[in-house]
Amino acid sequence: MIEIKNLSKTFTLHNQGGVVIPVMDAAELSVARGECVALTGASGAGKSTLMRMIYGNYLAAAGSIVVDGVDVVTAEPREILALRREVLGYVSQFLRVVPRVPTLDVVAEPLLAVGVETEVARDRARDLLARLNIPERLWSLSPTSFSGGEQQRVNIARGFAHTYPAMLLDEPTASLDAANRETVLSLIEEAKARGAAIVGIFHDEAARERVCDREIDVAVFTPGVAA
Amino acid sequence: MTPLLKVENISKFYGHRIGCKDVNFDLYPGEVMGIVGESGSGKSTLLNCLAGHLDPDTGEVLFEMRDGAMRDTVTMSEPERRMLSRTDWAFVHQHARDGLRMNVSAGGNVGERLMAVGARHYGNIREEAVDWLGRVEISETRVDDRPTQFSGGMQQRLQIARNLVTGPRLVFMDEPTGGLDVSVQARLLDLLRGLVREMGLSAIIVTHDLAVVRLLADRLMVMKDSHVVETGLTDQVLDDPQHAYTQLLVSSVLQV
Repeated sequence: MIEIKNLSKTFTLHNQGGVVIPVMDAAELSVARGECVALTGASGAGKSTLMRMIYGNYLAAAGSIVVDGVDVVTAEPREILALRREVLGYVSQFLRVVPRVPTLDVVAEPLLAVGVETEVARDRARDLLARLNIPERLWSLSPTSFSGGEQQRVNIARGFAHTYPAMLLDEPTASLDAANRETVLSLIEEAKARGAAIVGIFHDEAARERVCDREIDVAVFTPGVAA
Repeated sequence: MTPLLKVENISKFYGHRIGCKDVNFDLYPGEVMGIVGESGSGKSTLLNCLAGHLDPDTGEVLFEMRDGAMRDTVTMSEPERRMLSRTDWAFVHQHARDGLRMNVSAGGNVGERLMAVGARHYGNIREEAVDWLGRVEISETRVDDRPTQFSGGMQQRLQIARNLVTGPRLVFMDEPTGGLDVSVQARLLDLLRGLVREMGLSAIIVTHDLAVVRLLADRLMVMKDSHVVETGLTDQVLDDPQHAYTQLLVSSVLQV
C-alpha cells in the first residue's frame, strides 16, 4: 500500500547562510494492507520528517513514495489532495480548524468530502465523539476553546471518521488517560482489521507492542550516522 | 479532467518597469489557488490581467466556456468579456465600495447582477436577493438599506453575495479579508470556505495573509519582484518552503 524507495531529504536554510542540512538518505519502507509499522529513533532522528514526506507536506529531494499507485514525490497538488481525501489519513498531534465550525462538523467533514450523506456522516461523528468521551454538550461548540486533551481527542475522531485504506499516526496516544488510550488502540486495531496500512510514531512502548507488527529505526536513514 | 483556466506566459510591463513576467499555470474545476507575496510583487497586476481588467502585453488566458471550448479571454471582444464577467466570473475587490453600488439598496446590489443576466420578475429577484443576504448572514430587515449604512464586514459580505448570486464558475478575490478586524475575518473565511465547497467554485485569491491561504487555498503561488518564485501544495509551501524569499516570508509571521 505504501512503498518508499531510495528516499532522501535535505533542508536548505537560505536565510541562515545557505546551510544545507541532509536529514535523510536512502530511506526504504514498505507497508502492506492490514499492517502497522512503528517508526522509532531518538528525538530529531527524522520520524516526523518521514511521516510528513509520505503525506506530501514535506518535499523529498530524491526517491519515490508510492501510496496506492500515486507517487507523492512527483504528483500534482490536486492529485495529492485527492489522495488525502480518499486514501491517506493523517492524525497529527495538533488540531487545526476553521474558527466557528462546531465540533460535530469538524469530525464529519472528512466524510462529507468523500460524498457521504450528511446524516450518515454526523451519526458516525457522534459515535466517535461518544467513544472518545467528548461530552455531548460540547459537540455544537467550536473545538478552538477546548482543553488540549479534548482537542487531541477531537483530532483523533476526525482522523478516524473516514475509513482510509492508509493512515499516518503521529503519537495518537500521547497524554491520554487510560480509558481514552484504550479507545484509540481499539480504533487502530479496527482499522488494521479492515485492511488499513498504518505508519505510526508511538513513544508509548506498551501501545507500540500491542498494535505494531514491526519497527523501523529511522536512525539508519540518517546521513553520516552508522547504522 | 480538463483545466477550467489555462494561463500561458502572461507578462505585463509598465513602461520599463515589469508588472509581472512569464506566469504560467493551470487551474482545475473546484481548485482554489492562493497568490502570495509582498506589496509590489505583481500579484494584483497578475490578477487584473487574468480577470480582464488589464491588458497583458504577452500571453494567453484560456477559459473553458460552457460549451467546453477553450477561449482566449485576452483577445475576445469586449462585449463577450463583459458577458463573462457578469455570468461565469466574479471579482471580489479588497474595498467593498469598488465592487458595490453605494447609492443602491443591498437588495438592489444583489438583484442588479440577476437582471444583467436576464431576470425580470421583481418578486423573484427580491426573493433571491433576500435568500443570498441570508446566506452571507445579513438580516432580511436590512434589504432596503444602502451599503453606506453597513459596517465594513457587512459590506464585504454583501459584495460576496452580489458576486455569487449568478452562480459563477471562477471567482477572483483581491485581499478579500484585508482591512477587516480578525473576528470579522474569521467569520468571512468560514463563509467563503463553505460557499466554495457547496458551489464547487474555482477561485484565485490574492493576499499577503498566510493564515488566510492556509485555510482557503489548495495550492499556492509565491511572487517576488514580478516573478513566480515557488508553487506547490499550500501546506507544503508553508511548512517546507524551498525558495529563499518564501522561507523569509514564512519565518516573518508573528506567532500568536
